[in-house]
Amino acid sequence: MNAIEIKNLSYKYGVGTPFEIKAVDNISLTIHKGEFIGIIGHTGSGKSTLIQHLNGLLKPTSGEILINARNIWLKQVNIRDIRFEVGLVFQYSEHQLFEETVFKDIAFGPKNIGLSEEEIKTRVHRAALAMGVHESWLERSPFDLSGGQKRRVALAGVIAMEPQILVLDEPAAGFDPYGRDMVLKKIKEYHESSGTTILLVSHSMEDIVKYADKVIVMNKGGLFLYEETDKVFSHAGEIVEIGLDVPQITRFARLLKENGIDIGEDIYTVERAKERILELLGKAKK
Amino acid sequence: MLKDITIGQYFPGDSVIHRLDARFKIIFSIIAAVMLFTAQNFIGLGVAAVFILMCYAASGIQFRMILKSLKPIIPLIIFTGVLNLFFIKGEEILFSWQFITIYTEGAKTSAFMMTRIITLIVGMSLLTYTSSPIMLTDAIESLLSPLKKLRFPVHELAMMMMIALRFIPLLIEETDKIMMAQKARGANLDAKGLIKKAKALIPILIPLFISAFKRANELALAMECRCYRGGEGRTRLKKLKASVIDFFAFGLVLCVFGLIIMNNIVFGK
Repeated sequence: MNAIEIKNLSYKYGVGTPFEIKAVDNISLTIHKGEFIGIIGHTGSGKSTLIQHLNGLLKPTSGEILINARNIWLKQVNIRDIRFEVGLVFQYSEHQLFEETVFKDIAFGPKNIGLSEEEIKTRVHRAALAMGVHESWLERSPFDLSGGQKRRVALAGVIAMEPQILVLDEPAAGFDPYGRDMVLKKIKEYHESSGTTILLVSHSMEDIVKYADKVIVMNKGGLFLYEETDKVFSHAGEIVEIGLDVPQITRFARLLKENGIDIGEDIYTVERAKERILELLGKAKK
Repeated sequence: MLKDITIGQYFPGDSVIHRLDARFKIIFSIIAAVMLFTAQNFIGLGVAAVFILMCYAASGIQFRMILKSLKPIIPLIIFTGVLNLFFIKGEEILFSWQFITIYTEGAKTSAFMMTRIITLIVGMSLLTYTSSPIMLTDAIESLLSPLKKLRFPVHELAMMMMIALRFIPLLIEETDKIMMAQKARGANLDAKGLIKKAKALIPILIPLFISAFKRANELALAMECRCYRGGEGRTRLKKLKASVIDFFAFGLVLCVFGLIIMNNIVFGK
């Protein structure tokens, strides 16, 4: 089943002013339920604009958006319900914290849905557990936590709404490598245990290929590439051409190929490269 | 969206008016205001209005911007007009119906007052349309500098104004982001009822205050790191410099002012 269907979506900022800019240009794509999608592109490529359409924060200049086969801009659809179906976590989400305690902040979303106290409590604990928010933090002020801890609280705040689709804009921005891996791993685990459809926006191709089943590459407001992760790097040349990075090991494989040693085009993890090289060496020995 | 709000309403350009020294422009605006209040008849007001419109033409600012500058004061204009229309008593009755009586004098004064306010606002807007906020604060600091002798903290005041102006767009952007984030969590910002509305603002105001304090803190630290210690001995990147054109313009403004005073003497009220 289709979780998200985007049809000919275009969006312009500042319509009617001298500063009119086309931020998203005629994008059409379909995302199935339960997929883990990575979105990558330059600053200003339209990623953030695109994802703000998914929960109706922005209204398309033209085109349609269907969430669970329902056009979200039809009159009979309450846009607030869509926001509970599609959870959106912004960049530097720790800036949105405001409550007295971590518990209350995570409970803000579920409370807005109108759930019972009992249900809110279980959801808060579940979300806190999923994001590695320690039980002992729940009664503390969110402003006493460290930056990384705050971020996880903010993530839990959206996850506690238990949306069917979760959209994350650079959830690990500004983290050290250890923090990055930890947050992204938690998200992956949550994806596997809950079956939520996840869209992960990132600047880092290494992160995206590590976690995503499919990759959306955006360039200058348009959809540049939408492929399964395995097939993305057969376009490695084009990706480099638009100025995006490919993983180090992919570059290495390309260099090998240029020098006459072909280990395939779907290399993006060191493990796979190792396998292929050993395979090749084994063949050579025989 | 909030981002579309223009604050400071400066329109960059390279016209004569744009190039005038901001200090002179402020003085001209003050003279223009005095001028409009000394004009005692429609001819004087007309001369001032024509002069201001000519300045607009020279500045290259679109005429529809004039209407935009008037929008926020429409209630004031209407209020003044109505008040004068009904409450000024004269000899000649223009219109009478039940307890409402309008005199010719009332109608005249009403039209006069409205024209005066409109011209005043339009004239003042030209100053903010053609000078950037930074230029204006610099000019204010320079104009107020004699007060330094009285130990009035002119530089500090100008610096505060400058920082405030610089931070407005940043804070607007920040508000926009926070609003989006809370809306994504289902915050109901269009709630009805006063208490509900105030409550809906909490999730936006608290993060905004926190980030504003944080920014202020960081800015203070950065300024201190660069050994900022007030205005004494500070040089500027862009020095205000009066040129021949400024003095020429000054002469022109004085001429128009003289014309209006003469008109008052010749034609009276």
